[in-house]
Amino acid sequence: MSEMGTVSRRSFLRAGALAGGGLMLTAAIPMVARAAVGGGDAASGTLSAFVTIAPDGLITITGKNPEIGQGIKTMLPMLIADELDADWDRIKIVQADTDAARYGPQIAGGSFATPMNWIPMRQVGAAARQMLVAAAAAKWGVDAASLKTSKGVITNPANGQTLGYGEVASAAALLPAPDPKALVLKDPKDFTIIGRAIGGIDSPRIVHGEPIFGVDTLLPGMVYAAYDRAPVFGAKFVSADLDAAKAMPGVIDAFVLKGTGQADELVDGVAVIAKNWWLAQQARAKLNTQWDNGEWASHSTKGYDETARALMAGGKSEETFRTDGDVDAAFASAAKVVDAEYHYPFLAHVPMEPMNCTSLCHPDGAMEMWAPTQNPQPGQAGVAKMLGLSPDKVKVHITRLGGGFGRRLTNDFMYQSAAIAAKMPGTPVQMIWSREDDVRTDFYRPAGWHRLRAALDAKGKVIGFDDHFITFDIGGGSYNPAAMGPDIFPAGHVPNLRYAQSKMKTAVPMGALRAPGSNGLAFVTQSFLDEVAEAAGTDLPTLVMALVEGAQKEPDTKGFAGTTVGFTPDRLRGVTKKAVEISGWGKKKLPKGHAMGFGYYYSHQGYFAEVVEASIENQRPVVHNVWAAGDVGRHIINPFGALNQVNGAIIDGIGQAMALAIEIEGGAVKQSNFHDYPLPRMPVTPQIHVEWVPTDHDPTGLGEPALPPVIPALVNALHKLTGKRIRSLPIRPEDLA
Amino acid sequence: MARTVTINGKPREVDVPDEMPLLWVLRNELHMVGTKFGCGKALCGACTVQVDGVATRSCVTPVGSLEGKQVTTIEGLADEPVGKALQDAWLEHDVMQCGYCQAGQLMNASALLKRNPEPDERQVEAAMSGNICRCACYGRIKTAIAVASAVAKKEQADV
Repeated sequence: MSEMGTVSRRSFLRAGALAGGGLMLTAAIPMVARAAVGGGDAASGTLSAFVTIAPDGLITITGKNPEIGQGIKTMLPMLIADELDADWDRIKIVQADTDAARYGPQIAGGSFATPMNWIPMRQVGAAARQMLVAAAAAKWGVDAASLKTSKGVITNPANGQTLGYGEVASAAALLPAPDPKALVLKDPKDFTIIGRAIGGIDSPRIVHGEPIFGVDTLLPGMVYAAYDRAPVFGAKFVSADLDAAKAMPGVIDAFVLKGTGQADELVDGVAVIAKNWWLAQQARAKLNTQWDNGEWASHSTKGYDETARALMAGGKSEETFRTDGDVDAAFASAAKVVDAEYHYPFLAHVPMEPMNCTSLCHPDGAMEMWAPTQNPQPGQAGVAKMLGLSPDKVKVHITRLGGGFGRRLTNDFMYQSAAIAAKMPGTPVQMIWSREDDVRTDFYRPAGWHRLRAALDAKGKVIGFDDHFITFDIGGGSYNPAAMGPDIFPAGHVPNLRYAQSKMKTAVPMGALRAPGSNGLAFVTQSFLDEVAEAAGTDLPTLVMALVEGAQKEPDTKGFAGTTVGFTPDRLRGVTKKAVEISGWGKKKLPKGHAMGFGYYYSHQGYFAEVVEASIENQRPVVHNVWAAGDVGRHIINPFGALNQVNGAIIDGIGQAMALAIEIEGGAVKQSNFHDYPLPRMPVTPQIHVEWVPTDHDPTGLGEPALPPVIPALVNALHKLTGKRIRSLPIRPEDLA
Repeated sequence: MARTVTINGKPREVDVPDEMPLLWVLRNELHMVGTKFGCGKALCGACTVQVDGVATRSCVTPVGSLEGKQVTTIEGLADEPVGKALQDAWLEHDVMQCGYCQAGQLMNASALLKRNPEPDERQVEAAMSGNICRCACYGRIKTAIAVASAVAKKEQADV
């Protein structure tokens, strides 16, 4: 397959000289971009990278995307450096500010960055190398094709002469940038940096406690803000005792901000400003803020559950969004019907660094912000709109993020920070949320309910499949985290299939959580298919393989992340076979009281099949081993980062299944901190065995696809131990009795 | 009130209420932001420092309780051989993802190796279970502690 085929013909590169001598290379690759994660509107964007080579040979690469722990600040420069034949130890990586015109999409989400940047970043490196070699060839009067490069040095094999990149960088800067179409990218066997386990570029600073995260921002004269918001979603501000707060020690000011009514913008609240944040919080406690809770105070998880159960039992849906064949006829003729109701709860993101943002309103009204955000460009645009500024008057520095998981795709904290700072021109203000603020003011993984039915013929073949999905009506917007796509497995692999949905009203804000959609749907569909497999007298891996028997690869599509390779049944087969093989599925003799469960899922262009070995101790699940087989294409760019993502995603999924739920009571979130939202801790950690199944496709991202299958794999293992199906998360002690 | 707190061997003057937690004294008053805020309730361990060598949650430690005591923070960890060994092991094994909790993990691990230079896996899990890593880098944290344990054992032998 030709790698050049995926690059736009309009690609171009620009070269220029550095002020102090040396080469600066800018790549701008126009591409079709979508507005946000899973967004719909096509718009053109530009993708840029910047490489500078100083006369002393130091190479500086601009990292354009936010670093949330996914390793992008290390990984994208690796792509450039490999094609450039740079010395990795002589590379400096700097973080770009927010600038859509200059950098194109700057988003940490959707596991997009790898597929989006795989070719363009390598082209930047190849172009720089070609220019440096051309400059050396001119200097020596030899044919450029005869020269070799390695670790930042150009060698003429004919006579052993060498030149460092820095020595020819200034001359190279005078050459025209090559046409990307004419660039020859490396044969993968010649990669020296891609495929190498390289540690995080910022890690040395982190182990020494250097300031690097958003909340570490320190500015001269900075003060601190707490923001008191309504516990009930959608509530409006009524009154607060500002004088009581202002009378507290160290308090500088307290004032009310009126919001737009949109949870993802500015919400009503009271800002308390003090010389340190602890004093601000002490004063906040004196506000006695009163709210008008309106219609939403009656809402509860219990109420949603009752409504959803009634809708599922009623069988009548509002809307059918996929119909294949004749579903009713299939069920009428079925030898056996499996019928079950599944449910998953609301979840919070709780990144370790609580929401925060630092803002400074300059004398001319321009806003300067230091924001730990996964999605800086909409934050910049939204703040500009709120303040009536042009976007160029809102400068947003992208800090490192202490975790994202999708929470920081929504920039409500940026609106709050900017609105507070706008009231205090000339004074930098750092707004920080408490953990309680964070747990109770999230954009939650939507809860969902599914009534699933499967029809089997006399031979155990699945001839009908029906899902009535109960979700929420969460209004407009380009991305709906509470939606289920029509292509969710096993759609396309069962002749008679219906996907239908009904929606409930709510004011609970919702958003994308790591592996959005898939994190709930994998549990539902793969656990239910395990029931179907049992009814058919087989096991889940066998059933999954049988479902795709004879299936053809689906067509590729062009999208936000460049080319998306259509669902490829061979890749499902590959990871399923591998997971079965490495786990010893069905063959290995397990200790007494242990059992294995299987789960498969395809999401974010990655294929994962996982096997969990679990037991039950004191009515709690214990996970001993997880075997994961993953196919994300032909290369693992950075094995260090890749394995960290897979290990983390697996424990994340296990943690969700074991203990996590956000419950609504009286229109507000009941949970508040890590005692009642108990994230997995070290003793939960199983042995995780990861095996890659490389296939001949461009590499794709690993932030998400390893998470979804571990949840059904776990509950399917527990079913083998108890004989009881777990159809609602999180797992309760009574499920294991 | 004005007081002196000894941090990483240096006396530091601060003028704050007795009950103000050490975490916020460090971060907002002394601008030592290596110690992290995670939960404010001693539930996550992100704010772990050492007080006289013992792992302590700075978010619930009133500054008034520290008279005559030695506070060690992540900024001072490299001054101790075991601390340095942990930092090196953390980098060698590329432990972290987002990295936000790692100051607390390192401070807790260093306190563990001070009192028990050769912890077994169960002891490591028990000692480290107060520190949440949202990215779940637990496997590599265990590995890195085991690597640094060799240095801690040698330190103890030399004493």
